[in-house]
Formats: sequence, structure tokens, C-alpha cells
Amino acid sequence: MLDIKNLHASVDGKEILKGLDLMVNAGEVHAIMGPNGSGKSTLANVLAGRDAYEITGGSILFEGKDLSEMEPEIRAREGIFMAFQYPVEIPGVNNIYMLKAALNAIREHRNEPPLDAMEFLRLVKEKTKIVNLRDDLLNRSVNEGFSGGEKKRNEIFQMAVLEPKLAILDETDSGLDIDALKTVAEGVNSLRSRDRAIILVTHYQRLLNYIVPDQVHVLSDGKIIKSGHRELALQLEEKGYDWVKEEAAA
Amino acid sequence: MSDTAVKHYIEELHRLQESLPGDKLSLIREAAMGQFQARGFPTTRQENWKYTDVKPIARSAFGIAEAKPATGYEKQLEHARLSGLDSHELVFINGRFSVEHSRSQDLPQGVVLEDMSSAVNNHSMLVDSVMSNTTLNDQSNPFNILNTAFIHDGVLIHVPDDCSIDKPINLIYLSGYSDNEFSAHPRNLIFLGSGARLTVIENYVGAKDRQYFINTVTDAVLSSNAALTHYKLQQESVESYHIGNLNIYQDRDSQVNSHSISLGGALVRNDIKVQLDAEGAGVLLNGLYMANGKQHIDNHTLINHLQQHTTSEEHYRGVLNDRGRGVFNGKVVVHKDAQKTDAAQSNANLLLSDQAEIDTKPELEIYADDVKCSHGSTVGQLDKDMMFYLRSRAIDEATAKSILTYAFAEEVIKRIEIEQIRHYLEYQVIGRLPDAELIKEFTHE
Repeated sequence: MLDIKNLHASVDGKEILKGLDLMVNAGEVHAIMGPNGSGKSTLANVLAGRDAYEITGGSILFEGKDLSEMEPEIRAREGIFMAFQYPVEIPGVNNIYMLKAALNAIREHRNEPPLDAMEFLRLVKEKTKIVNLRDDLLNRSVNEGFSGGEKKRNEIFQMAVLEPKLAILDETDSGLDIDALKTVAEGVNSLRSRDRAIILVTHYQRLLNYIVPDQVHVLSDGKIIKSGHRELALQLEEKGYDWVKEEAAA
Repeated sequence: MSDTAVKHYIEELHRLQESLPGDKLSLIREAAMGQFQARGFPTTRQENWKYTDVKPIARSAFGIAEAKPATGYEKQLEHARLSGLDSHELVFINGRFSVEHSRSQDLPQGVVLEDMSSAVNNHSMLVDSVMSNTTLNDQSNPFNILNTAFIHDGVLIHVPDDCSIDKPINLIYLSGYSDNEFSAHPRNLIFLGSGARLTVIENYVGAKDRQYFINTVTDAVLSSNAALTHYKLQQESVESYHIGNLNIYQDRDSQVNSHSISLGGALVRNDIKVQLDAEGAGVLLNGLYMANGKQHIDNHTLINHLQQHTTSEEHYRGVLNDRGRGVFNGKVVVHKDAQKTDAAQSNANLLLSDQAEIDTKPELEIYADDVKCSHGSTVGQLDKDMMFYLRSRAIDEATAKSILTYAFAEEVIKRIEIEQIRHYLEYQVIGRLPDAELIKEFTHE
């Protein structure tokens, strides 16, 4: 589904990703771990298409299509979703109408008819259950006045409604207490499917206690230096990152 | 050039005076014209007019509109009635009072609501008391003086003590429905007795692409404990010139809420002057201006805190697109007796193109030592993080821009209490943005 080869990317002229390779198939969950500054969030933003992130080399193919020249809204319509690390508050823009516009833009892209108001509300009602999102948050401005946990839940709720093929969760666990983390993780687990790939970008191993990944990758200085299974994450928690770096350097 | 223009207005005044034999205001008009002649049109060398050049107005020799039947305004009139709003309406076409379109029923006893041309005869004492009140009347503003020189059309409103008018009064000024270019100088006088309550809407609508000049003045005097909500909705033709002065005098514990929305006009200047002249008087100035194309919209406000325990709150927002230009000058003066003044002012601007321009200047003069004052102005572009968030949710760039622009303007509109006005403005503001249909979806509650 996603095929990244020798990816180089920079922000403000500074190279952050320095030859990253990653292959993700449909149905798989991949965790990207790594110390601060290793390039985890850069990878997430490059995949979603944020302006300031410039691809300087290599390639990203999504279902065989080149992502590098694709506008962010087209990527979203093709089925890529990013859950933001810091979801922005947008005063005056209604949460639920933004989501309806998003969903119908995606449906139009797939040559599907738009959902009418009733169908959409039925869908929303069903999906709010996944993350226990309070009804009154739906009709507020996007993320405005939401607590940290509510913002993260709102991201997963949006993912549930938009049903992406590839979801990138950028530090969705950061700042959550253990109960909120469990709720979010259950939500994500319920969205695992054969047709969907999920990339978890995380700083902490604890998320992986609740969302068990198929593969774990260690990102360091802009490259994936080690890949393995869930046990790798446990080792990282126990021993830190240095041994992986040393092993890679050897 | 300015001399020629002044001469033109003197001739026009004589033409008007001849058509109104025995009119009680002729002396006031002559005196004002004398003052105007001495002063002339303002120039950009004057600090108050530094960013707004009125040469285009001085250059055009607009005549006073004939009071003759006009056509083509029916649809705009219907819109200006603010669908479903139960109100008293006075309609002016090309600046002239139109009795057949006006309607006011069931006014409380003692209330005066009359067009100025009849009010000068029926209520000359009231009219005289304003015209001779120099603290209220802005003698330093040439356009205010010019308006006085042509005082004829407009409205007189008097609400007696402890009387509330529940329905708003909607003053509808439809302009540009004439073969000739013209100027009009509407004058509105509002008196609120002690404890009186009133909502007034001044609704300026223009025919598409017509050129004309509206020079309007509204004077409002509030007695103690009175409350006035004032709306100015300005949607003149984008080829027209609009100059407006709102002069407010407030006595003890009175409250004014002013909402000024400027969307139309080629060259627009709005002045609001507030005198908080007794304890407990408070004012809210809420404003929005949007300039597209080559529109130029200038808002000058002056709030004088003259006595202690007076409050003012001011929020103005501007959206400047294309080569549009905005000017905001908000002056707050806290005089030496005005201890415990509470004054807050903000001005936020959104620049949507490289060629758009805003000149913003908050001015705070404080001569008392125990006061709470704040002011701030911002100029910015659309927030990049918000843009990216919307686009990452499959919303295209142009639509995302429109949505965020609308959300910015909505901060001003949402302070408006009357639902019909809010919806009317939402519709007008959205109509000026691309992807109007989609934004409507977002804003439906």
C-alpha cells in the first residue's frame, strides 16, 4: 500500500529524513519509534503533505501513485488520514459540518453520491460510540475548548467516519492519562481491518500494550535503523535507544 | 479644484432653499454653508484624513437628488426589510423620503417618529436643540457641516421617559436608482428620555455599479438610564462614495451598543464620536469592514471618557482582499475626572492578498491615574495550521480559505442580537466569498 524508498526530506533547508525506507501493506499496523528529533513527526507530516516539508530525494508511492506532487486534500481523498499530534482549534468552524464536507469530498472523489443530512447523522451517532465522544462536542467549533484528551478522541472519531485506507497517528498517545489512552486505543483497535494500514508514531512503548503492532521500527537521525516485532518495543523500553544505535553503527 | 466643488455646493444649496420657501432651517443651513466655505474639503495633510483622500468626492459635482419617481429598487427594498423582522420602517430613495414605502404602526404614546422634512415644522424645538448643541455636533468635521448645510431628509426620533419601543426602527436608504449622479445628506436625530429604550437600524443599500455620494449624519442623545442599540449596515454600490458621522452623547448609566458593518462603497469613511459624560455610562462599538477590488474603507472612532466609572469596549475586524484598503483609527481619551474608567479596544485584520493594505492606529490618551485601559491591533494572514488541518480533511484550498475568512468575520457578526440581521449579514458576507454554497453548510446551526 505504502512504499517509501530512500526518502530525503528537509524543513527550512535542514535535512531531517536522510534515506528512509518503509513498506507497509494493507491490514498491517506499524509502529515508528525513536528518540526526540529523530524525524518521527517529520515523516508523518511529509506523508500528509504539509507545505513546509520538502521532499529532496527518494520516492513515496501510495497504491502505486506518487505522493510527492499531490496536494494534501487529494491525499485525503485518496484515503490518507493523519491524526494530529496537536490538533488545532478553529474558532467559528463547526466540527460536524467540517466532517460532513470532508466525507462528501472523499465520496465525490470515489464517484459515490453524497450522504444527506439524515444518513450522515446516523453515521455520526454510530461512530461517536467508538471513542465515547460527548455529543455536545460535535456541534462546537473544531477542537475549540476541548481538553487534550477530547482533541485526541475527536481525531480518532474523524478517522472512524472517514474510513481511510492509511491512517497515520502522530503521537496520539502523548498527553493522555491511562484511561483516556485505553479508550483511544480501543477505538483504534476497532478500526483495524484487512483493508486498512495504520502507522503509529509514538515516543512511548505503553501505547503498544494496547495496540499491538505487526512491526516496530526504530527511527534515528532520519533513517530506520532497526525493525522487528513487538518484543523490540519492550527491549527499547528496558534498555533505551543507545544499544540500537551502536548496533547500527557497527 | 476644491474651490470649484465648494462653489458647486453653494449653488446647490440655493437651489434647495428656493424649493423650500419659509422653511425653518434656512438660517441654520446658511450658517453651516458659511462654515463649510471657510473650511473646504479635508486634505490628506490633515492628521485625521491622512490615509483617506476625498478628492474623488470633491472632484465630482453631484447635485441633490430630485424627489421624483424612481424604479428598479423593489428587490433591494425587499431584502432591506430584513425578511421577517417586525419593525417600523422609513424608506428613503436616492436620499428622499418615500412615504408610500414607509410604515410605522402601534407606536407607544408620546413617541415621535417622523421624517425630517415634516419634523422641522412639527417639532422645531427638538430639532433646534440638537442643531445648536455644539458638544454634540462635530464642528471640526467638514462633512458633518456639509450635511447640516443640506439638512432636509432624514428622521427625527423621540422616545419619552421610561418608554421602550419593542420593535426596531429600520431606516432604509436605497440609492442609485436615478439616471443622474446625485448626492444626499440624510440627517437622523435621536432623543431618548430617561429610561427609554430603542433599537435603530440604518440600512444603506445601493444599485449595482451606480455612482453617487451619500453624506449621512446621525446624532443621538441619551438621557440617564437610557439604552440604544444602533446598527449601521452599509452596502452601497462599489462605485459610490459614503461618508457617515455618528455622534453620541450619553448621560448617567446610559448604554449604547453600536454595530457597524461596512461592505460596500468605493470610498467610505465612518466616524463615530462618543461622549460619556456621566457616571455609569457605557458604550460597545462592534465593527466589521471588508474591502475587495479597489474599495477603500476608513473607520475612525473617538470615545471621550469625561466622567468617572465610565466604560467602553471596542472590537473592530477587517478583511482586506485584492487591492482593497482599510483604515482603522480608534482613539480613546480618558479625561482627568474620569477615574475608574474601564476601556478595552481591539482591532484585528486579515490580509488576503499581497496588494491589500491596512493602516491601523489605536490611540490612547489618559489624563487620570486610576483607570483600566487596554488596546491591541493585529494584522495577519490566514493561519497556516488551520489551513493545513482543513486540507488534510479533504477540503480544497480555496474553500478552506473562504471558510476561515468567514469564521474571522463571524466573530463580529455573532455579537449581533437580532437573528434576522445576523442571518442577513451572514448571507451578505458569505456571498462575497468563493464557494458560498459550501460555507453556508458550515454555518447552519
